[in-house]
Amino acid sequence: MQLSDQIRFNGQIFLRHRVRTGLLLMAVGLGVASVILLTSLGEGARRYVYQEFSALGNQLLIVFPGRKETTGGTPPVYGTAPRDLTLEDAMAMSRIPSVKAVAPIIAGTAAIAVDNISRESIVLGSTPEIFQVRQLEVSQGKILPDRTRSEAMAVCVLGAKLKRELFGHGRAIGEWIRAGDRRMRVVGVLVERGESLGMDLSDMIIVPVRTAEQMFNSPGLFRILIELAGNADLPRTESRIKAIIRERHEGDEDITLVSQDAMLASFDNILATLTLAIAAIAAISLLVAGILIMNLSLISVSQRKREIGLLKAIGASSAQVRQLFLGESLMLVSLGSVAGVIFAWAVVLIIGRLWPVFPIFPPWWSVPAAVGTALLAGLVFSLMPARRAAALDPVLALSGQGGGQGG
Amino acid sequence: MIELQGVNKTYQVGDSPLRALRDVDLLVGEGEYLSVMGPSGSGKSTLLNMIGLLDRPDSGSYLLDEVHTETLPEEQRAQFRGEQIGFIFQSFHLVSRLTALENVELPMMLAGVSLRERRIAAHEVLAQVGLEAWSGHHPNQLSGGQLQRVAIARAIVMKPRILLADEPTGNLDQASGQEIISVLENLNAEGITLMMVTHDLNLGQRARRQIRMVDGQIEADSRTETDARADHATV
Repeated sequence: MQLSDQIRFNGQIFLRHRVRTGLLLMAVGLGVASVILLTSLGEGARRYVYQEFSALGNQLLIVFPGRKETTGGTPPVYGTAPRDLTLEDAMAMSRIPSVKAVAPIIAGTAAIAVDNISRESIVLGSTPEIFQVRQLEVSQGKILPDRTRSEAMAVCVLGAKLKRELFGHGRAIGEWIRAGDRRMRVVGVLVERGESLGMDLSDMIIVPVRTAEQMFNSPGLFRILIELAGNADLPRTESRIKAIIRERHEGDEDITLVSQDAMLASFDNILATLTLAIAAIAAISLLVAGILIMNLSLISVSQRKREIGLLKAIGASSAQVRQLFLGESLMLVSLGSVAGVIFAWAVVLIIGRLWPVFPIFPPWWSVPAAVGTALLAGLVFSLMPARRAAALDPVLALSGQGGGQGG
Repeated sequence: MIELQGVNKTYQVGDSPLRALRDVDLLVGEGEYLSVMGPSGSGKSTLLNMIGLLDRPDSGSYLLDEVHTETLPEEQRAQFRGEQIGFIFQSFHLVSRLTALENVELPMMLAGVSLRERRIAAHEVLAQVGLEAWSGHHPNQLSGGQLQRVAIARAIVMKPRILLADEPTGNLDQASGQEIISVLENLNAEGITLMMVTHDLNLGQRARRQIRMVDGQIEADSRTETDARADHATV
């Protein structure tokens, strides 16, 4: 039997059983589409994170106090160090030639109040460099003045959300606020921007690092952000930083260095794994479609017993009958897959239009994986019905009896 | 060309075994026209199915063109059925979603004949049974007699040497039945071996050789009787 004949023969069956065929096409199509769409979302999330990191545009190195002995895992963000990382350490690092800017950070929480409105908020003590390193801009006013590198001053920059909560739409620049037990003047308001590197800056207040030191009565830095020069050699810079720390900390290298690339890589890993897991979950819908195919094929075999008997009587071998039934399933799955792929792509394009910030895109492997799984499920689940059809006794089948159900 | 020796076949019907064929010996030559008659349940159809390679004997042997068919693998038996044997059934067994032409083409399609070739052949045989004008019709648009003629066209499209008909007029009225019989007899006149199961006595007696079966055994065979008489005459 020629392939073109088998395709025509199956096509005639599909046309004859339009409802059955339509339902099966839909089941397969939705299964394939859900695999592609869900993996596209996962891939979109991965790209989103990537995009966020590269929006920073520069090469960042983050210094945490304390030593993490094992590689990988989360850095000791809230870890305690045997020896504090100090402002002086940060100054020393800024003298490395391949370092472009150093932003030491002291972090704490304080109640921020204007008149009778009060908000508990994160206070970041830093230098004007933080605006460069984190690419922050002010929408109103100015950033911290240069003098705050070495002196405490009663000034602050508010995050956009915090400003809104404290001042509403009113003017904030030049106003006095109370942060903890200190009064300070608002000199700037940050541009509204989403979360980045796990910190929602719009809900924070930035004060001079020396002021924060006094507020929280601690010389220990929360972390140091280092922006490297464009042509910096990362490993060499890292070893220079470590050397400086060893020198200043009596031979101890009690810091942890995390580069932006390393963070990106670990995010990348997590999201890629997540996407695979999502794909596996979505593949279950293909399994369901496969079981549906099996059930409907079994029904079809018992309904078409006479036809099977006839085909055998006029020269079809068991192998040919099996091939016909397998071919029918595979053709159905192929058609359903094509429909599913087209549908998924259409949805991806529409989401891309409606929500351009989120870079939804199917990963390269999702279409072949979805279609492959569908074909495999179709094949596996139609093996049993096809075998049953092939094993029918022609004499009994011609009389509409024999084999399995019915009879 | 057909040679059955000591063929037995037992079916399990419910709890009790039914011996459909008991030690059947039969010799059929090329171009013969024989009818098989007998009460229902006498094994007529089983005999026909056995000869048509749809069934395998439990014991005994069946030689088709001197080939032992009972030991042939299923694939080869299917090939034999496709190429050497044409079936005609009481209930026609046409595929309802296919047109008359497509139904006739089916055996050729299974045999892998190209669309062009089989279109020509199918038109030819449809013309032979007088249905050229109906080739594009579906079975539900045809009368009983026409359906059986489509079935005959399908049975002969592969140019088989044996035509097996199981009650071919059983579902037809008198006039249509006559037509079908004359189509079949014309085919026999052109050389095809025709074997027909029927319980219509008038029809059965038209055959040159008549077999009567009872309880799975051949009770009477007109050829062996005439042969015996001939033998007596010569003695």
